[in-house]
Amino acid sequence: MKAKVYVNLKPGVLDPQGKAIHHSVELLGFSGIADIRQGKYFELALDNSLSEADARESVARMAREVLSNPIIEDYRVEIEA
Amino acid sequence: MKFGVIVFPGSNCDHDAYHVISKHVGQPVDFIWHRDTDLSTYDAVIIPGGFSYGDYLRAGALARFSPVMASVKKFAQSGRFVLGICNGFQILCEAGLLPGALIRNRDLHFICEHVFVRVATNDTPFTNELTPGAVLRLPIAHADGNYICDDVTLAELQRDDRIIFNYCDKDGKVTESANPNGSRANIAGICNSSRNVLGLMPHPERACEDLLGSSDGRDVFRSLAATLAAVA
Repeated sequence: MKAKVYVNLKPGVLDPQGKAIHHSVELLGFSGIADIRQGKYFELALDNSLSEADARESVARMAREVLSNPIIEDYRVEIEA
Repeated sequence: MKFGVIVFPGSNCDHDAYHVISKHVGQPVDFIWHRDTDLSTYDAVIIPGGFSYGDYLRAGALARFSPVMASVKKFAQSGRFVLGICNGFQILCEAGLLPGALIRNRDLHFICEHVFVRVATNDTPFTNELTPGAVLRLPIAHADGNYICDDVTLAELQRDDRIIFNYCDKDGKVTESANPNGSRANIAGICNSSRNVLGLMPHPERACEDLLGSSDGRDVFRSLAATLAAVA
């Protein structure tokens, strides 16, 4: 089993890195991009000792308590069999 | 009175803090390795600047899980004094000992320069030897010093007089152009509701000798020493 955790800045939290990337890709000629927000992606290899439901709960807790800072970030967990 | 300076892998202002306490405050001070958990002999601990754990994940995020931090939480709850400087401020926010968070500077750059900060209040153990409105010249050295919090938290900080330092110009005016990193309300330092935990991004410990460009930081340590002397 594999868990994927996506961590993104909450809407409204300034993302100067995303802005800088946006600026750069526009300079390179990419058009039609309204906004870029940079986030983090974590891939966790799970050892199958947990059921899918327990794994989801455990990874969600990890995402909440460690991988994200709930003051500034949101997270999303996906479990893949 | 006895001081402790906590050392994480990647701390780099620990010796500066130690030097200031031993030389300028003239009090006993120990380094405390992050795996130690016994803070019972200390009256105040300093969480110094640096890049604990390489700022991996988020600045201060991994240091929060070091064994010593559970002790620091209890230490703070017991009413003893905790001063977090720069990375120390980031760690205190990540640990939930101070509200809000410190994110990437508005203009992305790592900023290393002297700035002016205005002392908003002297009603703290860390500023009681200062005058409200006093302007200190202190260095900053950070990439993630942009203080952010929600409206409710900001209102609480303002209502309870918990914003201790604001970035300002040389005349003490708190203006947007004097805000180096985009911090909300020009916040450079805040304290907790019990006022015994202070976090700030500027480095008072690196501004205690004229040779280093400023000695304005001494007043912060002088205040804390005066507090401890009064308590003793």
